Amino acid sequence: MFNFLANPARFNQVTDRLMPATAGLAGLFLSIGIISALIISPPDYQQGDTVRIMYVHVPSAWMALFIYSFIAITSAIGLIWRHPFAHLSAQAAAPIGITFTILCLTTGSLWGKPMWGAWWVWDARLTSVLFLFFLYLGFMALNKAFDDPSRGEKSAAILALVGFINVPVIKFSVDWWNTLHQPASLLRADGPAIHSSMLTPLFLMALGFIFVAVCVLVTRIKVLLLKRRIRLMRINGGKLRS
Amino acid sequence: MQLTGKQQRLTIVLLGLILCSIATAMILAALKDSVVYFYSPTNLLEKQTIPERRVRVGGLVKKNEQIYTKTGVVNLFIVTDKKNDITVRFTGILPDLFREGQGVVAEGKIGPNGVFFADEVLAKHDENYMPPEVAETLRRSSKSKTGEPR
Repeated sequence: MFNFLANPARFNQVTDRLMPATAGLAGLFLSIGIISALIISPPDYQQGDTVRIMYVHVPSAWMALFIYSFIAITSAIGLIWRHPFAHLSAQAAAPIGITFTILCLTTGSLWGKPMWGAWWVWDARLTSVLFLFFLYLGFMALNKAFDDPSRGEKSAAILALVGFINVPVIKFSVDWWNTLHQPASLLRADGPAIHSSMLTPLFLMALGFIFVAVCVLVTRIKVLLLKRRIRLMRINGGKLRS
Repeated sequence: MQLTGKQQRLTIVLLGLILCSIATAMILAALKDSVVYFYSPTNLLEKQTIPERRVRVGGLVKKNEQIYTKTGVVNLFIVTDKKNDITVRFTGILPDLFREGQGVVAEGKIGPNGVFFADEVLAKHDENYMPPEVAETLRRSSKSKTGEPR
């Protein structure tokens, strides 16, 4: 699968055909999701309407972790198999991941003030997600820190792999330590602790977020492929090499 | 056995990941006490903390009593982890979610008489989400089973 798509020409061919459907699904899930999250779904028995922040906060947190895992996996492929397309996809994904991380942190802060009584606390969950934000930032900075791009992507890939340990720490932080943040509502031993009328909009929003992320990722990979071609053309004195 | 370049890099990446995880696990285990956001009343009693050190204590609110004084309303409530209790004294506005049975985290110092003087109280909500009607049905069914309100 990866080898099949790693050829830039084939990647463009396949994604061009799939893009309209993906974008359509993103729009569909997001619009149904927003309507059911903000209008159809009931308020919470304790939190009232404030619970609606969850429908943005939780999917963004998932996306932040998904995309970081994607970066870690592609970085490993890039390091081990020396495949330039793997590094390129990791680079393309990083700004998307950091955007979801920022969305997660800000919506969490806006939720924390009315419910907990504080915008921010230094508990294990919040601190580890903030650390994830800095990992993304470091990955993006390191990619551009060298004159030779291949050295930059190599160092960034190593950082991404080392930082991957933070992902399980984020997930289990609420179980390992006392935190102000609630424990997991969904992936837990006794099944979801969210009523189905709230679970459906949550999943719709998550699907919408996934399709949006795929669309942006594909577009960014295309742009980076073109950029790389331009760079190669400059080096070769304007001659186009395929 | 001669490893190819690819196998060599795979081994290095895997070994690196394993070593980094071990290092992280050791660091986090060593920092266990400072990573926890709050202590339970039992932890706090075991620790015999220095009276002047600021700590956070968390648990469920057992009983809340308000005392009206000249300077304002003083809240005296009991925080419990179902093993041990601690009395918390707090002057100020409590968060909206504050009620009996709710999880809270109080930040402050332990007074000489064992009372916890809090200057900040945060509410902690749990992982359960449901519409009010469902909560009402649950409350009723548990009441009819045990014969007393929760």
